[in-house]
Amino acid sequence: MEITHEDYAVQYDAETATIVCQGSFRLRGNEDYAPILQVLTQAADAKPKTLTLDVRALRFLNSSGINTLSKFILQVRQLSASQMVIKGSRAFPWQSKSLKNFQRLLPALQLEIE
Amino acid sequence: MVQIFGDFLKRKEQSCEYLKISFSPTSVPIQQRWRNNGLSADFLADYLSTFFPGEDPTSTERKAEIKGAVSYIANELLENAMKFSYAPSQHAISIDVYLDEDAISLYVTNSVNPDSLGDFQQFIQRLATEDTDELFLAQLTRNAEAESDAGSGLGYLTMINDYGATLAWQFVPLDPDDAVMIVTTMARMPV
Repeated sequence: MEITHEDYAVQYDAETATIVCQGSFRLRGNEDYAPILQVLTQAADAKPKTLTLDVRALRFLNSSGINTLSKFILQVRQLSASQMVIKGSRAFPWQSKSLKNFQRLLPALQLEIE
Repeated sequence: MVQIFGDFLKRKEQSCEYLKISFSPTSVPIQQRWRNNGLSADFLADYLSTFFPGEDPTSTERKAEIKGAVSYIANELLENAMKFSYAPSQHAISIDVYLDEDAISLYVTNSVNPDSLGDFQQFIQRLATEDTDELFLAQLTRNAEAESDAGSGLGYLTMINDYGATLAWQFVPLDPDDAVMIVTTMARMPV
């Protein structure tokens, strides 16, 4: 499943249970983020053993985006079925600052920032 | 009556590096102008980064940090202004940027819908009196449960918690007899 936009792309590979987010997420609110949340929800609902969110190529995330990703993390926590991994990059300073907030929502979350 | 929340620094003189961008009210719907937030924020970040030269690893890293911070904070402030400004007032939205020796200050000015003023000021009060880390978690949980799209409330909290910004607000009535207020939001980040 894939979403392609001028400013961003989201790809979900069910085989590897990985969602890749690239570009910039600057959408306006819940309604605009709904299609992205749908992809994330679909990935979580599949209840894989390990579920990976790869944001290494996501250079910008606004607060509405943090909100959307948090909803996804809370859903994974509720389903209690998958080990959650987030792959990030030091190339984008926001990631070292803000990704750890998701660990507060889900302490078992594995954060890999390269 | 002017209302101040937080440590609002009034800037009368432009005795440092200074830049201002104003967005005039037009008939173009906000959705089509939304793109401007990111363009403006990235431009400001890029522009300010020229005042932090140096090719060594430490300087390069510092420049990237500052760019990222300005880009994020300016984007959030502009998004708030675009979302919550009161269109009937026909008041422009503006962003002023000041570069001091030890800090970058961003001031965004916009009109406020009289119907949302109470909730807005109440939230500002909570930022001053409550633990912002706990408030962030509480807001995330609340947003996950609610379906409303009144604004996630996370913009200010991430600026404070993740970027070490100091926030303050000034409210001035548009006209003496008017219920419409003009708010200037200040975000000051150390550099």
